[in-house]
Amino acid sequence: MRKLLSGNEAVARGAWEAGVEVATAYPGTPSTEIVQALAGYPEVNAQWSVNEKVALEVASGAGYAGARSLCAMKHVGLNVASDPLFTLSYTGIQGGLVVVTADDPNLYSSQNEQDNRHYARAAKLPMLEPSDSDEARRFSKTAFALSEKYDCPVLLRLTTRISHGESLTELEERKMGPVLKKFDRNPSKYVMLPGYARPRHPLVEERMNRLKEFAETFPENRIEMGDKKIGIVSSGVAYQYGREAFPDASFLKLGMVWPLPEKLVKKFAGQVEKLFVVEELDPFLEDNLRMMGLDPVGKEVFPLCGELSPELVKQGVSGKGSVREINFDQAIPQRPPILCPGCPHRGVFHILKKLKVFTCGDIGCYTLAAQPPLNALHTCLCMGAGIGQSFGMEKALGKDARVVAVIGDSTFYHSGITALADIVYNRGKGTVLILDNLTTAMTGRQGHPGSGLDIYGQPSPVVELEKLVLGLGVKRVTVVNPYDLPLLEKVIQEEMEADEPSVIIARSACVLIPQFKGVRKKPVRVDREKCDGCKICLQLMCPALTWEAKTEPGKKRKGYARIDPLQCTGCEICLQVCNEAAICREDQ
Amino acid sequence: MKPAAEVTNVLMVGVGGQGIILTSSILAAVAAESGLVIKKSEVHGMAQRGGAVSSHIRFGQKVYSPLIPAGEADILFGSELLETCRWLPYLKEGGKIIASLQKIDPPSVFRGEKPYPEGLVEKLKAKDPQLIAIDALKEAVGLGDARVAGIVLLGSLSKILDFNLQLWLDKVKEMVPKKAVEINLKAFQRGRELAGP
Ligand code: SF4
Ligand code: SF4
Repeated sequence: MRKLLSGNEAVARGAWEAGVEVATAYPGTPSTEIVQALAGYPEVNAQWSVNEKVALEVASGAGYAGARSLCAMKHVGLNVASDPLFTLSYTGIQGGLVVVTADDPNLYSSQNEQDNRHYARAAKLPMLEPSDSDEARRFSKTAFALSEKYDCPVLLRLTTRISHGESLTELEERKMGPVLKKFDRNPSKYVMLPGYARPRHPLVEERMNRLKEFAETFPENRIEMGDKKIGIVSSGVAYQYGREAFPDASFLKLGMVWPLPEKLVKKFAGQVEKLFVVEELDPFLEDNLRMMGLDPVGKEVFPLCGELSPELVKQGVSGKGSVREINFDQAIPQRPPILCPGCPHRGVFHILKKLKVFTCGDIGCYTLAAQPPLNALHTCLCMGAGIGQSFGMEKALGKDARVVAVIGDSTFYHSGITALADIVYNRGKGTVLILDNLTTAMTGRQGHPGSGLDIYGQPSPVVELEKLVLGLGVKRVTVVNPYDLPLLEKVIQEEMEADEPSVIIARSACVLIPQFKGVRKKPVRVDREKCDGCKICLQLMCPALTWEAKTEPGKKRKGYARIDPLQCTGCEICLQVCNEAAICREDQ
Repeated sequence: MKPAAEVTNVLMVGVGGQGIILTSSILAAVAAESGLVIKKSEVHGMAQRGGAVSSHIRFGQKVYSPLIPAGEADILFGSELLETCRWLPYLKEGGKIIASLQKIDPPSVFRGEKPYPEGLVEKLKAKDPQLIAIDALKEAVGLGDARVAGIVLLGSLSKILDFNLQLWLDKVKEMVPKKAVEINLKAFQRGRELAGP
């Protein structure tokens, strides 16, 4: 039976077929749907973890106990999870452990464009890289088998085009592995004291040698001989681009990108006239081919940054400017994503802008507030970074520096807690705004420890934000309604002036979750007589609030604001911003 | 339609929330069920907050790249006028266009900084004189639900792709929300009528 699946769904399917029992993740584009899909299989115990590090620790614990487990994350998530990963390479596991990393070339929804193949080499772990959905399913299964055979986690690397691309996939039945579930009391393997870890290192090196041998005969590393004039070494989606551009060329298609099959590579190189390496992002394969003494053509003709495409491959290989220039019509305005109508974040950024503070931001929908015309968020580095950075700024500029940290609820649970403890411990005086919209909005509204919902949408115990923050030693904790602008302004002012650390929890549901029902009100409207066309409300960048140009004799204004009653949620933020009292409730 | 050995490229574009993901999934399912190899690629992520959305659908006997090379789309299918024009450089010479006349102002327009560009239909027509341009939103509202606008367009698309009609109807039934099957089938039919004989 064949089915159209996305790469993410196919990884989940493959893991299920391999008998996976435990699946963990923190949501992150483009990886989110993997564990979301696994939650749909009744045999799998799936969860959203608080962050990627914990996700990997939970999955590896299950692996230590003999269950097959999978942990999925976006590329930058592996930075967070790298600490357990590197030492898991030493301890190994009992039940197969597959770690999926979904890279994001071209940064469709990420803060950088890192190439996670380097992790495989650095952590001394095998890495598989599929080039379509059916390979994603098969490689996911193979990864479990390899993990158990070689006693180590196996990395499975996807990229956005594989994760979110769909193609036909075979389906097979679920077959459980042979592993027994039990405690394995084996300190020299699982307690990484220096004395126990030292003898593990040579075992790791020896394992990599065995894996290198395996790579030579692994059927997913294969030579596809065609025209010998052009030989292309490639993997992942780049292989598909290469095939598209040069259907008749010779290929060395690598299903396993680490460790590399040196003999096979050299054999291929010896059979073709000109050797190319076609890969996205870094010259990972290329550098390694050079170390084998080969001299392929690679990044001198292919870009280091962004995605590849069939056109770019064609241009690089042929050496001709054959890329059809895509001349997008400059007269067509861009359409960037913006905060939803009624989004509870909007008012907070309006006030922060008004107060002219410097805002250390974080990762979530609210990062969009950095764009004009709001221009109200001034840093965004990585998950949870804003709190620590605001403290650093306070240290550099003195406690009177007008700086605040702004972080979402899910991001705070992910990586903000420790930074806040740091402020308390080190006598910081900063103000942290936690924008609590009760969900992980950005990635599609997943639950988190404060949301009261688990991955199955079932009620879950709540780690209460106020108590958590109080427990960290913050004495000034205020909860505010983010739609009440005068109150917000007053509280932010007061807390910034306080001589001790403070937390403001701005709490209201994301407009896209069911809890918003109780918040939604009747749309507001513009009183055309009163509107003087000042456009102040339009600075809020609410999609429901638009401009209608109209000049009238005897009137100075050039038009007026208009509100689309279908989009307006009645949040009344614009109503509070208007100086002319021209925006009013329906009944007024 | 093309000779069997070639790949057909359909580029579907619109604005987040308009249902491009659904229409592209239905087309992909129809092509797959017809025994063709299919690849579909889109970028999720920030789309739900009103950004531009595009979905590449490619089918044939053998398909490698999930992306349509620029200038090689056989069909450009757009549910918003300005977005359809944005992607025009992807259309090949002699390619076909199915466009909704619906306009959704992007931020710079609704905030009064720029006008919504004029003459877009003419631009489309210059590329495809047989352009199918329909007021899909109006049709959908006329049928009783604005949300079926995408399916109206899909009905028009079904007239220029060579797939079995019953297959289309089956997939529409299967993939639209259960409660709205009837109205979606009507919308599909309306789209077929509007596409001409
Ligand atoms: S999804 Fe929720 S949090 Fe994100 S912009 Fe929309 S309302 Fe705001
Ligand atoms: S009340 Fe104003 S700001 Fe709020 S959703 Fe309606 S138009 Fe937008």
